[in-house]
Amino acid sequence: MARKVVITGLGATTPIGGDVPTLWENALKGVSGAATLEDDWVKEYDLPVTFAARASVQPAEVLSRPETKRMDPSTQFAVIASREAWADSGLNKEEIDHNKLAVAFATGIGGVWTLLNAWDTLREKGPRRVLPMTVPMLMPNGPAAAVSLDLGAAGGAHTPVSACASGTEAMHVGLELIRSGKADVVMVGGAEAAIHPMPMAAFASMHALSRRNDDPAKASRPYDTDRDGFVMGEGAGALVLESEEHALARGARIYAELAGSSVTSDAHHITAPDPDGSGATRALKAAMYDGRIQPEDVVHVNAHATSTPVGDAPEYTALKNALGDQLDNVWVSATKSQMGHLLGASGAVESVLCALAVYHRTTPVTINLDNQDPAIPLKVVTGEPQALPAEGSIVALNNSFGFGGHNAVVAIRSV
Amino acid sequence: MASNEEILAGLAEIVNSETGLDEADVQLDKSFTEDLDIDSISMMTIVVEAEEKFDVKIPDEEVKNLKTVGDAVSFIAGAQA
Repeated sequence: MARKVVITGLGATTPIGGDVPTLWENALKGVSGAATLEDDWVKEYDLPVTFAARASVQPAEVLSRPETKRMDPSTQFAVIASREAWADSGLNKEEIDHNKLAVAFATGIGGVWTLLNAWDTLREKGPRRVLPMTVPMLMPNGPAAAVSLDLGAAGGAHTPVSACASGTEAMHVGLELIRSGKADVVMVGGAEAAIHPMPMAAFASMHALSRRNDDPAKASRPYDTDRDGFVMGEGAGALVLESEEHALARGARIYAELAGSSVTSDAHHITAPDPDGSGATRALKAAMYDGRIQPEDVVHVNAHATSTPVGDAPEYTALKNALGDQLDNVWVSATKSQMGHLLGASGAVESVLCALAVYHRTTPVTINLDNQDPAIPLKVVTGEPQALPAEGSIVALNNSFGFGGHNAVVAIRSV
Repeated sequence: MASNEEILAGLAEIVNSETGLDEADVQLDKSFTEDLDIDSISMMTIVVEAEEKFDVKIPDEEVKNLKTVGDAVSFIAGAQA
């Protein structure tokens, strides 16, 4: 029997809350974190998309000056979320076996601000002015490495990179590390900081971003007939995963069990989702099998639902394939409607929300769903949060899909 | 041209932003490695930022001779001339 893995600490810094209590309060209320960007570069480059969902608390407000100077913004977000999750878990650095403490911290894009700023410096001022911290700041394993240093985690620091599935894949890696006995505790998460003119231009170029420049708060509208793309977000989510025996031995507060996970690949197209949703279906079924979960156990899904015209529908097909008629009883939340798309961080933040949903037995809401696409007849939570069954074991699924055909699913069960 | 006092204050500001050390602790007699615990990456960052701030060149082969804050102030003062 594989070791049971539980979630004992949560952390987040997002466009709708700089910590978990604020995030949860707003996720239940239904707010938008999107706004017009005031940065000079928006006008300087005449960007076709002029808004995004910035983190509501900027790292400079909570980190020291040397920390913000020596870490890329993506790493700064990771460290902030990880510190909150660690404090929330009640774990003590003095008492833990550091060789059994690991990190799996994902990013989709990595240190893009550092990379491009250094390129600007090189061109404008020459090689001497390119600072020596540039490489450790831009490397994609920067967030995982910084979290490992911060915690003294000597049991390995991993960086799953699978575009917008990265954060959920980190959960999968963490689960496997504990099940295999390689670790007792893993800090998992995802971080992203790509609200920079180049990625904004590049995502706009592929028509992935909403162009609702005149009304940013209404731009992210998953499942709505008028959806026209996602809204770029930034931030990080972090979760402390722990073997159940380790958590019980120290009397930890347990939010939920990370019951199952799966990662599959479409092998269909570099950016387009498989229209049959077959890769996503396999991921859902495998995660449920992994957690010994029956369709009727599932009561809530935090969907990938980015608000792109082509992305939202195949996920419905996959959910229908995996859950069958039970899907009619499942409350689906599309929380990117509120905070935009945090790319490699999104799966981690949404896993935080799933853990809280099964812990409090209530769901976050979806905003901006005025006219639901008839091709996607999901039971979507709009308006008010929906109560989940008060008794018995319940399961929430979190789906994440990434460019490259990456599908990652985790199943989070109440305890 | 910056005076020695201004160079010291400017270096203290750079050291503070890089390491978080109190600017008041950055004194002429302090060793960068022994007293201020500055590693080689931070030292090179401080050198590059000092070059920009004071509009001087500090050759790489000179950096190993800058053992104390006072050494750096003297070198920068001389290089400005």
